[in-house]
Amino acid sequence: MRKRLTLKNHQHEVSLFQRRIVLAAIGMIILTILLILRLFQLQIAEHKTYTTLSQQNRLEVVPIAPTRGLIYDRNGVLLAENIPVYSLDVVPARVKHLKQTIHRLQKIISISPRDIKSFTKLAKQHRHFTAIPLKIHLTDAEVAKFAVNEYRFPGIMVKAHLMRHYLQDDNLAHVLGYVGRINALELQHLDLGNYSATNFIGKTGIEKYYENQLHGKVGYEEVEVDATGRAIRTFGKVAPTPGNNLYLTIDSKLQQVAIKALGDHLGAVVVIQPNTGEVLALVSRPGFDPNQFVAGISAKAYKTLRNSPDQPLYNRAIAGQYPFASTVKPFIALQALATHQITPRSKIYDPGWYKLKTSTHTYHDWKRGGHGWVNLAKAIIVSCDTYFFALAHQMGIKQIDLSLQQFGFGQPTQIDLDNEATGLVPSPAWKLAAKGKSWFPGDTLNAGIGQGWMLATPLQLANATAMLANRGSGFQPHLLKSAQPQPEPQVNFPKTVWHTVIAAMYGVVVEPHGTGFRFGYHLPVKAAAKTGTGQVHSIQRRERYDESDIPLKLRDQSLIIAFAPLVDPQIAIAVVVEHSPHVAPVVARKIVKYYFAHKHLSITKNSPVIASAAKQSRCAYQNNISGLLRCARNDKFNKFASGSISHATK
Amino acid sequence: MQLSKQKIMGYRNLWQRFHIDLPLLLGILMLTFAGLLILFSAANQNFHMVEKQLLRLALATVVMLVFAQVPPRIYYKYTPWIYTAGITMLLTVLAIGVISKGAQRWLNLGLFRFQPSEIMKIAVPMMIAYYFKDRHLPPKFAHIIAASALILLPTFLIAKQPDLGTSLIILTSGVCVLLLAGLNWRLLVGVITLCIASTPVVWHFMHDYQRQRVLTFLKPERDPLGTGYHIIQSKIAIGSGGIFGKGWLHGTQSHLNFLPAHATDFIFAVCGEEFGLIGGIVLLMIYLYIVARCLYISSQAQDTYTRLLAGSLSLTFFVSFFVNIGMVTGILPVVGLPLPLISYGGTSIVTLFATFGMLMAIHTHRNLHTT
Repeated sequence: MRKRLTLKNHQHEVSLFQRRIVLAAIGMIILTILLILRLFQLQIAEHKTYTTLSQQNRLEVVPIAPTRGLIYDRNGVLLAENIPVYSLDVVPARVKHLKQTIHRLQKIISISPRDIKSFTKLAKQHRHFTAIPLKIHLTDAEVAKFAVNEYRFPGIMVKAHLMRHYLQDDNLAHVLGYVGRINALELQHLDLGNYSATNFIGKTGIEKYYENQLHGKVGYEEVEVDATGRAIRTFGKVAPTPGNNLYLTIDSKLQQVAIKALGDHLGAVVVIQPNTGEVLALVSRPGFDPNQFVAGISAKAYKTLRNSPDQPLYNRAIAGQYPFASTVKPFIALQALATHQITPRSKIYDPGWYKLKTSTHTYHDWKRGGHGWVNLAKAIIVSCDTYFFALAHQMGIKQIDLSLQQFGFGQPTQIDLDNEATGLVPSPAWKLAAKGKSWFPGDTLNAGIGQGWMLATPLQLANATAMLANRGSGFQPHLLKSAQPQPEPQVNFPKTVWHTVIAAMYGVVVEPHGTGFRFGYHLPVKAAAKTGTGQVHSIQRRERYDESDIPLKLRDQSLIIAFAPLVDPQIAIAVVVEHSPHVAPVVARKIVKYYFAHKHLSITKNSPVIASAAKQSRCAYQNNISGLLRCARNDKFNKFASGSISHATK
Repeated sequence: MQLSKQKIMGYRNLWQRFHIDLPLLLGILMLTFAGLLILFSAANQNFHMVEKQLLRLALATVVMLVFAQVPPRIYYKYTPWIYTAGITMLLTVLAIGVISKGAQRWLNLGLFRFQPSEIMKIAVPMMIAYYFKDRHLPPKFAHIIAASALILLPTFLIAKQPDLGTSLIILTSGVCVLLLAGLNWRLLVGVITLCIASTPVVWHFMHDYQRQRVLTFLKPERDPLGTGYHIIQSKIAIGSGGIFGKGWLHGTQSHLNFLPAHATDFIFAVCGEEFGLIGGIVLLMIYLYIVARCLYISSQAQDTYTRLLAGSLSLTFFVSFFVNIGMVTGILPVVGLPLPLISYGGTSIVTLFATFGMLMAIHTHRNLHTT
């Protein structure tokens, strides 16, 4: 029965099977054709696209960072160099489990949460397949450890970089500035091509100002890479052009001397070569170690620096604004003489105070009891306030402002550094705008002794002193040695005017009653100076100048402007020391002493401006100053002064 | 008719004696040779890998020859036992996996490790063919249900390992037997329609992460760093090959390691990159030739069991290379399936040669005098 059934169905079964086999064969042929069509599509129709993609996969243009230019001082002393360091770089696209991988890495190399944080931040900013530094500074031991384990970490590599290193620690931090990692904001304004291999950019100081010169031009290398990002072969290479080496006008030895002279005091020193505008020293204390910014300063360390009451990050030399105090007097005197408001013989009697006719307010001289009969020379030598109250009242604020503006006050000196403050030469218009009050005659009196709202940066003071030393011809102060001296607008006063004021400033240094005796003590050259004692509070930032009437809770500042020698001047100095009266002259003296003891080592002597006039008048100053003073003492000045000046200049 | 067959028999006597089907063997040899060429390049000219593959091929050839010697009635006799043993091993593997709390595919038999799912690749079509041997064909509905149960049990067990590729192949091999047995088209269409219709319901009940996974499975480009990366790189490899390819050993995608799994599942992309469209078509033609020979063998089979078994093995062979190439060229979702006879790797080659051995046995053990 069963057998019959099977037999019976057999034919039918076979034919059914055969039909199905044929159907299956047809189906398979159709499917195979489908596959072939797909291959056509990929390999013929879209061939070009995929070839490009394959090339992009395989060929990588790897930018090579140029070597940053070195920075030297004027004598070729290296100030900023590049040292090789090893960093641990990660290509996120080639690491499968980033978090776990970093975790595994931490077992070999210590990676701080801060490193990871900055890495994730950078990873977001950069493209997925670029190498991003995870840890910047690997020790030799860490490099060796990773090298042994490298096979376990595809997409992670040790790369050698050059890192900026500043050799003079905190000595030049405010001049050189520092470089740091490029941040998101800077990235927006950068030439991305040129900076594609660069991690660091100048953040402040010379490093920032001359970034274009220091950076150089990026190079390229075309390499074949495998999927882990390892370079297999190099096809072509365009070498990077290293950045320019810069020579600064700074004399690093002199800078060190100035820093040592300042000691622990807060303050600033600027030394300028008057006949070129070259800045020999630019000191702001306290300083900071710029190297910690290069490696990436920790938030905590940065906070400490930022919040320190001494403000070490703040460049007092160019951004600190201080009241002129008595250093303003020579500049006002020059203008007064030039406009014939006074003569060297004009004198007043100083009872120790000054009163305006219209007001009951008494303006006191710094010396109780006064200086007695005072002419201009004596007024400068003993820094008589009463004389300048009277002079200021006579001149008016317009003339005072003019006298200061022509020496560059109230405007930036355009030195090659950023964040320079403008200082302030107050005018009635300014007061109305800033304070909403009209100008009082008393304001003019304050201006006459450099108090009130009047502010100058140490750099402006040094620059103006250099102009004064040059008898009116100024040069733009600058830090880059190769820069040509840029003459600034001149101040044209008759020779006798310069003569009178400089002679008086020489008296400040050499006269027994001169306020600059601390400066003039045992000087090897003849120098001129004017001291000042700021009676207002500590440093003032630009935006705070309208707070100048806050309580005078802080101790006085000590200022001095000086230059030497009297003829053919070679250095002009401005020193400001906060909270420490009488310190500035000592600092200035040490600088002058060092400079003239070592000048044969470093400074070239040439004086295009006043060389000819110098010789004949050199001996005259000594006679002249005593003559001028006698006028005041004997109150018979008409007999002497005019004669001596004419005699001296003949 | 009888005479000509006698003649043929005499002509092939030497091969016949060792139960070897020469045309099939030639096809296998061609494919194996091509495979070794590609593998040598894919393995970055690593002789060691090629040697190992050769060793496996030698072992597999021995297995094939042994399988070819066994008369089909023996296979038939032991089919239920083999199937039951396979299911038992699958359960054991699963149990071990549960205990060790990890995915488990291997059974460690001391001397060698071994994948029970590979046995099922042969055991399932054997079992279904066995089931239909004495039953009415085309099969009745109840029989279809019973056979489906026999297919779905191992499919499910293997899918749970999880080994989606193999479970898919096993499902295919079982369904192929059903189709060849004369399964009503309408029924098949009905089941497929039902499956498609139920997807929105299933979708509704799925978790979000499951949905994401399904979407990525269907469209790997969604995940350019995971599965999508494989597909993108393999399409780049094939596409950049063009008509004639970049030349043997000159593929950049594979040699620079952009192409993942280029010696195993994605080896077809190496072929596409280095030998181009021409190479791909030649390879497909060799495959088709083998499938055609297998289909011829099944059409010549003399009883229901061998016919269904041979037919199913042939179709499954087609499906396995079609799915692999479809996946590598990006028209099918990525499932872990090797390219038969070419991909680097052990067990599947042995299994494949075993099926070829069985096909040869079916062909060479025929009783030529029955008709």
